[in-house]
Amino acid sequence: MIGRILAVARTEALIVRRNRWLFLATLIMLLFALALTFAGSAPTGTLGADRLTVAVASMTTLSVYLAPLLALMMSFDSIAGEADRGSLALLLSYPAGRGEILGGKYLAHLAALAFAMIVGFGTAGAIAGATGGAGTQSVLALLRLIGTSILLGAVFLAFGYMLSALAGSPAAAAGMSAALWLVFVVLYDLGLLGAVVVDSGGYFTQHVFPWVLAANPADAFRLWNMAASPDVALATGMAGVSASLPAWAAPVSLGVWLVAGFAMARTAFRRLEP
Amino acid sequence: MTDILTIDSASKRRADQLTLDSVSLTLAPGERVALLGHNGAGKSTLMKLILGLTKLDGGTIRIAGAKPGSTAARLATAFLPEAVSFHKSLTGRDQLALFARLAGVGTTPVAGLLERVGLADAADRRIGTYSKGMRQRLGLAQVLLGKPAVALLDEPTSGLDPISRQELYAIIDELAAQGTAVLVASHALTEVEARTDRIAILRKGKLVADDTLASLSQRAGLPTRLRIRARHGEADRIAADTGGQRINGASVELLCAPEAKMDQLRRFAAMSDAVEDIEMTPPRLEDLYRHYAQETVQ
Repeated sequence: MIGRILAVARTEALIVRRNRWLFLATLIMLLFALALTFAGSAPTGTLGADRLTVAVASMTTLSVYLAPLLALMMSFDSIAGEADRGSLALLLSYPAGRGEILGGKYLAHLAALAFAMIVGFGTAGAIAGATGGAGTQSVLALLRLIGTSILLGAVFLAFGYMLSALAGSPAAAAGMSAALWLVFVVLYDLGLLGAVVVDSGGYFTQHVFPWVLAANPADAFRLWNMAASPDVALATGMAGVSASLPAWAAPVSLGVWLVAGFAMARTAFRRLEP
Repeated sequence: MTDILTIDSASKRRADQLTLDSVSLTLAPGERVALLGHNGAGKSTLMKLILGLTKLDGGTIRIAGAKPGSTAARLATAFLPEAVSFHKSLTGRDQLALFARLAGVGTTPVAGLLERVGLADAADRRIGTYSKGMRQRLGLAQVLLGKPAVALLDEPTSGLDPISRQELYAIIDELAAQGTAVLVASHALTEVEARTDRIAILRKGKLVADDTLASLSQRAGLPTRLRIRARHGEADRIAADTGGQRINGASVELLCAPEAKMDQLRRFAAMSDAVEDIEMTPPRLEDLYRHYAQETVQ
């Protein structure tokens, strides 16, 4: 079983490297992380935090957008594309279970995503620390950012596989992935913002809103990074929300989404008839 | 000899219509069976059922005693999908190595198989640069991995040039010789005719024929065509005697029923003073196919 998962992973890793996805994803992460680190260095003095802390805060906001996007772009074609080429039926005629095929693709894509995150955030963080100072806390925050970014990417990889199995064609899968990204990363927050404004500090804002926010994996990612580092929370202005939730809420949300996402992807894949 | 593939009254329903209606078919080890039928007759559906890619609505299928889709059945089966394509970023060697690892046979046979199907020079080129025929040959190479007990080939000749087709049938013979039961869905009737042991014809989800070519033509009662070349000036007499039709001056053509064939031949053999040569054309698979596959419901 492990051998078959690794065989699929190895092939997927070759594809990610050959079609330059690994290179592009890493380049995108690196460029954006560097740009934000230096663009965000202006308010350092007023907040009384070192440059790395501010950089992590900026990069957290960046990762909320980029990690799901890169993950979906890597995964949306993985099942629909094979079905389209006719190679899925062939692949499934081999003694590899659907879970094993999915697991192998997951492993390769996650490794590529992790590589891009580590290189991008790591380089930007190292430069910020070297030029503007860093402490134990801010280094921890950077490591936490990298780890949670990979986790967030993992959740959206699973979403991507699910859509890819459901869509029926690569084009439909691409469209559905774009819609999913828009909902989780943009529209969800806008909707909540509207609700909070209408509620104007009532029961919803006090007790329901933080939980609803944590239920979205993208926001859970943000909350996790904020809650764990008061300095980062201060720098992003999200101290209020993260203080009103228990510390376990965001990690549990991401963990549940990861398991549920993979289970949904597997179910959708199992129902697919090539 | 025990059958390696047993299909017993298999049925498949799609949107209130029977795509396959109680189809029964068996294959013995080393047997080559052609599966013929129009588009939509149920050939691909039958193959997907054997592979366990779609569920049966009735009947049973066993591959070497195992259920379709089980690990044992998948290990015993090789499959060549119709017009298969692969990821364009991989090389032929990468792709075949993946299949070899999945089949659990290791990557040792990969180089030899690529050579066997004539892709040795292209092994390290990306599949994106391959022609349709080369992709088909790569698909064929993976069929040869790990000596399968059953090979299912869906339109294997599509996109192949005549020489590659000859090679394909040589490979099918090789598979059969090593004991693999080969089921070939095909439209290329003339090739199938010479290269398979048995012919199964599907019509609208029903199996309407499953026999050797000879038995099928006997059952269909299609006439054999005899062409007699007459000696100089004797054509008219032969035509008048036998009730045949005179063509091109020196030849007479007549159709005779399978059971009357030997009598007719004896008769012409006795007329050696008037007959120079006899040419006999048994009904072709094409005629048979038309007979069985298009038989109108009366």
